[in-house]
Amino acid sequence: MNAIAQHVAVYSQAMNLRTQRHQVLASNVANADTPHYKARDFNFAQAMQNAMGGRMDAGGIGLARTAAGHLDGAGGSSGPAQLQYRQETQSAVDGNTVDMDVERTQIAENAMQYQILTQLIGDKFKGLRSALASTNS
Amino acid sequence: MSLLNVFQVSSSAMTAQSMRLNAVASNLANADSIVSSDGKPYRAKQVVFEATPMGNSELAKGVRVRQVVESAAPARMVYDPKNPAADEKGYVAFANVDVVEEMTNMISASRSYQTNVEVMNTAKSMLLRTLQIAQG
Repeated sequence: MNAIAQHVAVYSQAMNLRTQRHQVLASNVANADTPHYKARDFNFAQAMQNAMGGRMDAGGIGLARTAAGHLDGAGGSSGPAQLQYRQETQSAVDGNTVDMDVERTQIAENAMQYQILTQLIGDKFKGLRSALASTNS
Repeated sequence: MSLLNVFQVSSSAMTAQSMRLNAVASNLANADSIVSSDGKPYRAKQVVFEATPMGNSELAKGVRVRQVVESAAPARMVYDPKNPAADEKGYVAFANVDVVEEMTNMISASRSYQTNVEVMNTAKSMLLRTLQIAQG
């Protein structure tokens, strides 16, 4: 059983991160009209590397500590992904850095990657199933 | 199930945007009002949004309306001595509603609402795809 879970471990970890990223992006879109809100995101490739590097057991996503005086977030500082603030393309008078075009593209891209992952996991299972069926006939 | 947080976040934004639309409707309806119920000229109302933590994850930030403020713009003074509400100089104080500003506010609110619906739909289709893993 464990071997089957390991068979798709990489994909399920990637799906987990894609889900978390969708949450961050949805928060950005939701706060598109909130004054002083700063758009956030995380580097997926980096997060995936961290997760595969054995830091996935900590779970959750932490806040970056760039100075010694920073407090670490509630139990999440060793999570795979580090939340970062998005570089703003156009400044707004109300201090909001959400760029709707960027967010929409990122959401579309993220959802597409997620669909690819579900497809890949499905194919993995299909392979397993045909391996099981071939012994029957 | 962290994708469910997206529903909470998006619906909080939809609530906030519809409150904004509500304020716009009230302002536009009262654009030509002379007095409001408290006897003073009607003042345009604006909602103030605030990011708020939502769900069980620190990633998800929803929106809520922190307060409703009244516009501090001076009332629109119209010279109309025949009007019973006119002051001793013959001016009537109308509501300080800027109709053009309210219209742009309305379009912005409705677009933001649409985008949040879109995000919610994306989350829904992602969830449905997850349910379809390894089916046939």
